[in-house]
Amino acid sequence: MAAKRRWEKDRLVWIYQQMVRIREFEEAVKRTFIEHPQVIRGHAHLGDGAEATIVGSLFTRKPSDMVMPSYRCHGYPIVLGTPLKQMMAEIYGRKDGLCRGFGGSMHLADPERHFPGTSGIIGQSIAHATGAAVSAQIKHTDQIVYCFFGDGASKQGAFYESLNMAAIWKLPIIYILENNQYQAYTHFSLEDANAMAGEPLSKKAAAFSMPGRTVDGTDPVAVAEAVGKAARRARAGKGPSLIESKFYRLSAHGNVITVPPLPTQFPEHEAIAVYGNRAEFEEWRAKDPIGQFRARLIEQGTMAEGDAESILQSARDEVAEAVRFALDSPLPAPEEALNYVYA
Amino acid sequence: MREMMYGDAIAAAIIEEMQRDESVIFYGQNMAMTDRDPMLKRFGRSRVRIAPISETAETGIAIGAALTGLRPIVELWMSEFMLVAFDQIINEAPRFRYMSGGRVKVPVVFKAGYGFAAGWAGQHSNCLYHSMMGVPGLKVVVPSTPADAKGLLAASIRDDNPVVYLHSYMLTLERGEVPDGEFLIPLGAADVKRTGNDVTIVAIGWMVKKALAAAEQLKEEGISAEVIDPRTLAPLDVNTIVSSVSKTGRLVLVDQAPRHSSAAAVIAAEVSEHGFEYLRAPVRMVTALDTPVPYSTPLENYVLPNEGKIVQAVRSILANQAVAA
Ligand SMILES: Cc1ncc(C[n+]2csc(CCOP(=O)(O)OP(=O)(O)O)c2C)c(N)n1
Ligand SMILES: [Mg+2]
Repeated sequence: MAAKRRWEKDRLVWIYQQMVRIREFEEAVKRTFIEHPQVIRGHAHLGDGAEATIVGSLFTRKPSDMVMPSYRCHGYPIVLGTPLKQMMAEIYGRKDGLCRGFGGSMHLADPERHFPGTSGIIGQSIAHATGAAVSAQIKHTDQIVYCFFGDGASKQGAFYESLNMAAIWKLPIIYILENNQYQAYTHFSLEDANAMAGEPLSKKAAAFSMPGRTVDGTDPVAVAEAVGKAARRARAGKGPSLIESKFYRLSAHGNVITVPPLPTQFPEHEAIAVYGNRAEFEEWRAKDPIGQFRARLIEQGTMAEGDAESILQSARDEVAEAVRFALDSPLPAPEEALNYVYA
Repeated sequence: MREMMYGDAIAAAIIEEMQRDESVIFYGQNMAMTDRDPMLKRFGRSRVRIAPISETAETGIAIGAALTGLRPIVELWMSEFMLVAFDQIINEAPRFRYMSGGRVKVPVVFKAGYGFAAGWAGQHSNCLYHSMMGVPGLKVVVPSTPADAKGLLAASIRDDNPVVYLHSYMLTLERGEVPDGEFLIPLGAADVKRTGNDVTIVAIGWMVKKALAAAEQLKEEGISAEVIDPRTLAPLDVNTIVSSVSKTGRLVLVDQAPRHSSAAAVIAAEVSEHGFEYLRAPVRMVTALDTPVPYSTPLENYVLPNEGKIVQAVRSILANQAVAA
């Protein structure tokens, strides 16, 4: 009994630690726009607010399971163990980047850790993830696929086509609909038929006769329970499930879109900037999954205040080291651009 | 006349055409979200709508609405998002008129930015006009100045055919004089942006700006370059280009697209057929390399055309001439 409790405790603390690592990484990405202007190019998107969903979902995975997130992709490889140094170097466009400076923030990939890549074209990766599940099924690998995508993506044709195919082929996949309540600048209630009817987005599962469930995406344990059940179903060959994890994106959609050399950084959240609804933003900020989980673990005696502090400090150190590494890494040589067009 | 930014000139054309013609409707993602939206205030929720991320339906709905009397403008933001709905754009919208033996028409504008060469990497930085300019029944417009942006968009909205209107993201903040009120530029008329005698440079969209800068630099070397902007790739004004080549005898084509999917390749073929006798040097294409667009700055610079590469190409064909003489 004591041994079991001890194990649980470690696992819960592990969840907290991964959540903090993601948050600290994203904070550093955001700060880079101010501290090192022009170092991050194009468009970067952060996963702050999604930590409980990311870590809670991946908590249930076996090491060989496959993970296919959307273009908002920083959080997942952090949990999979991808070195933060390589991730940051990629986001800074450096030679030592995870993808050698070819992909940037939206296109991280770490195939050795079963993360084959992402798409910046919304919805399309839902089909790719479904294909990864076909691969697992045909090769009898016992792998399952964790497919993450946004509320916005659930309006795309690829979503409907893929879920139907996954259902008829009984594919080993979990569709995790990350309802962070915004599709770029649009609140999900303005564009979703279920939302307009006061229904959860998981209702879409009924159209494909697969289990659908909505879960509190600010609570990693609730997410882990729901996703764990779907994982057991997938692994047992019973087919796909749809989980709507509802939380709130805590930063703006991305850095301001500008034409270089104009500087860019993260603006205010859309709730405030577009809708003038600071109350909504504050309400959800109070439900910050990290603050909530920290308080809970401390309150139930799972983690001491001091442990929480040292977890935070070591995440900060790790991220600071990643930033240093990325800044020191050289830019790729121009002619490198000719590589990797074909395999 | 008023000085305006390219992006604002586009908005002005939409507003003026919507004021003029009630059948013009406008929708897309991430627009008209609140009642404070200026377009919503002006035209109301019936004609200005928010769309979810559903490009196949967004474009297909526009076709259906156009077949039945409306003139939709679909805001697609980035030209790559059209690829999700390429059937609608390539094999639906431009086919109806012909298949019906001329009985129906599809007056729709698919509007999108293109070629955001600013670290947006492989999937958001592309120039896709080559794959559309060869589709009979579809018009393709690529403006390079604020005035052209306005005049060509107004004409696109009034056109009875499906038009893909591609504005360069890189030019969004460019300023220029724009005529007030009704201002139409016919689709299919190239524009000579700078006159010259030694070489014709034909450039598209953002590359017009680069070509003009290169021409200025070449002037200091005593080389007089003529810069032509086709403005619409379909219909393509081959005559204006060939007649310029008949004067200069040399042609450099500048296109942000990869070499083998460039409009430059099509123009080169037209000039080799219709202007061969005028050419005193081989045609040169200054295009992106045949790679996807990479993220990191030095990689992106290496792949994309720029002022320096244009100057080099012009020098090289003038040198070529000197050797041949
Ligand atoms: C096919 C397509 N259409 C539009 C876009 C532009 N776009 C980029 S992110 C985004 C919002 C996506 O929202 P959601 O799926 O909820 O994911 P989130 O950003 O909230 O994680 C949009 C519309 C795109 N990248 N691809
Ligand atoms: Mg979202």
